[in-house]
Amino acid sequence: MAVQPEHPTSPQIAAGQDLAIELRGISKAFGAVQANKSIDLAVRRGTIHGIIGENGAGKSTLMSILYGFYRPDEGEILIGGQPVAITDSRAAIRAGIGMVFQHFKLVQNFTVLENVILGAEDGALLRPSLARARGELQRLARDYEMQVDPDEIVEELSVGHQQRVEILKALYRQADILILDEPTGVLTPAEADHLFRVLQGLRDEGKTIILITHKLREIMKITDNVSVMRRGEIVGTVATADTNPTAMAEMMVGRKVILKVDKAPARRGAPVLEIRGLRMVDDAGVERLRGIDLDIRAGEILGIAGVAGNGQSQLLEILGGFPEVGSKLSGRIAVNGHELPLDGRGADGQARRRAGIGHVPEDRQVEGLIMDFDAWENAAFGYHDAPEYNRGLLMDNAAIREDARGKMARFDVRPPDVELAARNFSGGNQQKIVVAREIERNPDLLLVGQPTRGVDIGAIEFIHKRIVELRDAGKAVLLVSVELDEIMALSDRIAVMFDGRIMGERLPEEATTTALGCLMAGMEPDAGPVQAAGGART
Amino acid sequence: MILTPLISLALAFAISAVVILAIGESPVEALKVMVEGALGSSYGWGNTLYYTTNYIFTGLAVAVAYHAGLFNIGGEGQATMGGLGVALCCLFIPWPHWTLALLGAAVAGALFGALWALIPAWLQAKRGSHIVITTIMFNFIAYNILTHLLSKTLRPLGSMDPATANFPPATHIPGLWQLAEMMGFAWGKHSLANVTLFIALLMAFLVWVLIWRTRLGYELRAFGKSEPAARYAGISPVRITIITMLISGGLAGMMAVNNVMGMSERLILNAVEGAGFFGIAVALMGRNHPVGIVLAALLFGFLFQGGAELSLWTSIPRELIAVIQGLVILFTGALDNMVRLPLERLFAARRRKEG
Amino acid sequence: MDVMTVVQILDSTVRLMTPLLLACLAGLYSERSGIFDIGLEGKMLMAAFSAGAVAALTGSAVLGLLAGILGSLALALVHGLASITFRGNQLISGVAINLFAGGFTVLVGQKLFGLGGRTPPVSGNARFSEITLPGATAIRDVPVIGPIYSEIISGHSPLVYLALLAVPLTWWVLYRTRFGLRLRAVGENPASVDTAGISVTRLRYSAVMICGVLCGIAGAYMAISLSAGFVKDMTAGRGYIALAALIFAKWRPWHALGATFLFGLLEAISNRFPQLHLGPITLSESFMLTLPYILTVVILAGFVGRAIPPRAGGEPYVKER
Repeated sequence: MAVQPEHPTSPQIAAGQDLAIELRGISKAFGAVQANKSIDLAVRRGTIHGIIGENGAGKSTLMSILYGFYRPDEGEILIGGQPVAITDSRAAIRAGIGMVFQHFKLVQNFTVLENVILGAEDGALLRPSLARARGELQRLARDYEMQVDPDEIVEELSVGHQQRVEILKALYRQADILILDEPTGVLTPAEADHLFRVLQGLRDEGKTIILITHKLREIMKITDNVSVMRRGEIVGTVATADTNPTAMAEMMVGRKVILKVDKAPARRGAPVLEIRGLRMVDDAGVERLRGIDLDIRAGEILGIAGVAGNGQSQLLEILGGFPEVGSKLSGRIAVNGHELPLDGRGADGQARRRAGIGHVPEDRQVEGLIMDFDAWENAAFGYHDAPEYNRGLLMDNAAIREDARGKMARFDVRPPDVELAARNFSGGNQQKIVVAREIERNPDLLLVGQPTRGVDIGAIEFIHKRIVELRDAGKAVLLVSVELDEIMALSDRIAVMFDGRIMGERLPEEATTTALGCLMAGMEPDAGPVQAAGGART
Repeated sequence: MILTPLISLALAFAISAVVILAIGESPVEALKVMVEGALGSSYGWGNTLYYTTNYIFTGLAVAVAYHAGLFNIGGEGQATMGGLGVALCCLFIPWPHWTLALLGAAVAGALFGALWALIPAWLQAKRGSHIVITTIMFNFIAYNILTHLLSKTLRPLGSMDPATANFPPATHIPGLWQLAEMMGFAWGKHSLANVTLFIALLMAFLVWVLIWRTRLGYELRAFGKSEPAARYAGISPVRITIITMLISGGLAGMMAVNNVMGMSERLILNAVEGAGFFGIAVALMGRNHPVGIVLAALLFGFLFQGGAELSLWTSIPRELIAVIQGLVILFTGALDNMVRLPLERLFAARRRKEG
Repeated sequence: MDVMTVVQILDSTVRLMTPLLLACLAGLYSERSGIFDIGLEGKMLMAAFSAGAVAALTGSAVLGLLAGILGSLALALVHGLASITFRGNQLISGVAINLFAGGFTVLVGQKLFGLGGRTPPVSGNARFSEITLPGATAIRDVPVIGPIYSEIISGHSPLVYLALLAVPLTWWVLYRTRFGLRLRAVGENPASVDTAGISVTRLRYSAVMICGVLCGIAGAYMAISLSAGFVKDMTAGRGYIALAALIFAKWRPWHALGATFLFGLLEAISNRFPQLHLGPITLSESFMLTLPYILTVVILAGFVGRAIPPRAGGEPYVKER
């Protein structure tokens, strides 16, 4: 199968066919970063067109240009064959484009109905608009199987339903072209299936759908054509039927992907972490953890798979000593046989570090690093109390700098400049600073959340290797990731979380994607076909 | 980028000049009078340094809170309460010598100011009440409490003034001119600056140490940049908020040593003279760095003293200073991007051309 | 306390609450759109001065009112520039505006009139006179209803009635019109408004300008209706009380009426009784005047019904994906 570079007249999508969207030579730079490089893209009317690429490949920028969020530096946009100047979102909506963002753009304390009419009101007074929208909404809900109570307050809805509201919003504006940005990241497999049925129904009606994702499975499942983006460029467009996942993956990263991590079998030692009956009720009274029991032994990596928002973050935060404010905890945690308090003074991040727990948090930019601090200050973050960083009452900044220099050299952080603020490093190098800080403390237990989110492929391999090395040194690792491939590649045991519970445990060699997927949806793998969507809330 | 605050300052002064022109006066003349009155004699310098001392305290107070991401707009109230602490300390403790009284008063002023900041801090940390609003409210509450105390409880019998009795002579701290006299030369006779200036400078140094050389400073800066990150690192938001505001309020309260003990030698209403708000301008101007704050405090000390001279010798009322102050805060604090972004673009363009 | 005293206190409450109510509603529009405004005080002061000066110079109360609105609008524009266009710190901008207005009014007042910052006293057409509502004289002597109608309800400046009318109007605008829906949305989640194709900037500027107009009326009322001329610092913290009332009212129009009535009442009582003897307790004037601030802190602390401000309040809007 040959993948050819895309031109408006490429063999897959010939000229003269009915094109919904055509992009010609779109370029966009942010400062020195070229986010999109002369992009040509043609999308046929009545198809589902996938755009796939790694994080940072420029997919979202391209779609934001299409939706009028950014103005391209160069290039032309044609809608239905006509050149259109999309100067803002209003122009995009007028051109028939609707967009469902990864982070929903809903007013949380408005009703569904109010959210739907916002910006698409019929006149200066609300009453007639609301009445019309109510009828229209009922019709749309019926036609597309997207039932949602128009008078419900949005923040009371599950994430899946909030997404429905976003789609309904677009349909209410009579969008012909619907763009969805990573729509399944927050959905269970069953909810995702429902979404796909809805999208297929819309396509069959003649609507055009652009699906942005980094998940190959989704592309293979429902798209008609797919374009692959890499480093700001479209490297190819093919009909989905003519391709296969391996070929796509190669196009995404530009070389063979190694989905296997070389590692020796685990040599398990004594139990390091024991969790018994851990429960957590958040500030709003929602039970996020419903009795977690877990053991991790020295020398093994336990991977926790699951759709985002099923309690993984809460588990990491509790173990790391910073549960959500106002939450109530119960259960028992022990590290190396010593029970740790769940809350109160002895349970903060400092105490956890003293107990031998290191933590690479899920969001390095919000938690793991102070973006305005220099690299050297960040390299001591969380351990700033350590005796080697202090001299009496004052901090020993010279020692901290020296230490940071060593860490950055050993972890190949680029540029190796300790005086540079964290925000000026790339995602991969930021993550290396965090990983270096946590691993070099040689913790007995390392918590790792989404270690490679937004990290380039080279850094991924490096980070994976260091995590395995730590395991081989006889330490315990708790890995949380929404990337099933990462879990499969790294873990010695896999536990699946759903709705605050551990649904089951598998060994990676005997686990299949399907079986894990069932567990992630809250079903036993042999419980038959997936039924209606369960409600995972975030 | 030192250029941004300087350009902002220039803009603020340019507009002030336009205002002066608009009311039919000459900005050049006005500046001359101000420079002559504030800096043209040792007496002028003495008064300028007195106001500078006030603004160093309140500027530091704003800056310490700012580093922890807290906007302490309550310097006015904290300095007012600090004044109460200083007054009680001077009136009711029989001090043997002014040096001891000075120490005692500094502690008392800081303590009262800190306690006045404690409640808004606690409410912010524990109940999530917006500290800006609560500290504003506490400014008014402090003012009303003081009014009540001065007109009822603390007013000496037979006096009509809402003020305390004069402090005993043992608590009178020497002015800078007296120190000069002791050392045998005449300087700024009867001007207002006093030994509190040295305490202010010491505090500026200690604040620098605190922010950039101690664990607490590291933690409060981290907390100011990102609360989730601070929690991840085991830094308690409640602890940092409360300690930071205690320090901030303490610095504002300590100002009372200068104006209450060092100048009026009794507690009067309105002794703070808006220094709490000047602190905001000073901290903004000084980029929240102690060195910048001392320089900015000197600038505003000059403005305040110069403004007083202005109202004495010209028909320009001293409210001109409030106008300048407002404009400086506006340009350096709120319209910062207006100056900074074009500058950055200019520099980026030039770098590209060179590179 | 006899009936007449109660009637007098309530009558004076209505007068005193009017500037608070106008400023409170002004703040409501601004903060509902996500722009914090602690510069209500400065805008009122500027308006009071402009109104007092122009009314004194032209002899026309209407021109005075217009000048007051313009003066306040000018500062509102500055606040908009700082907080919307240049994405600056809204709180700092508010502080700056208050300080600037405090100085500027005296500076220009001294230049124009040489009265130490005062404007000359206004009277006649230069001041808003009181309106006697129809039938007020006729039923004056009817017990209960008579004094309530003729003293408390009737006999106020037209600006008082304007302020009272602004309450249902604001409610209607907020909850029954397209503008209100968008205004509430932009204060909660500006991205939702932006992606719906509506300009966040324009919406927020409109809110800030409405805030300017209402502060303008509030200030003009103080200078050429409640008093007979501008006096230095005449707003005396009312902008902050209005801000407190806004929080007390949880950013809702009818609640704003209640909150400003309460704060007006406290002021009226303390004016009438500097020492209020309630059995064994004596409440001093300073205590009454402090009460609004204390109540606000209590409300803010969430001890009595939590006040949750508009979610996007205080944050400049930056487009992000």
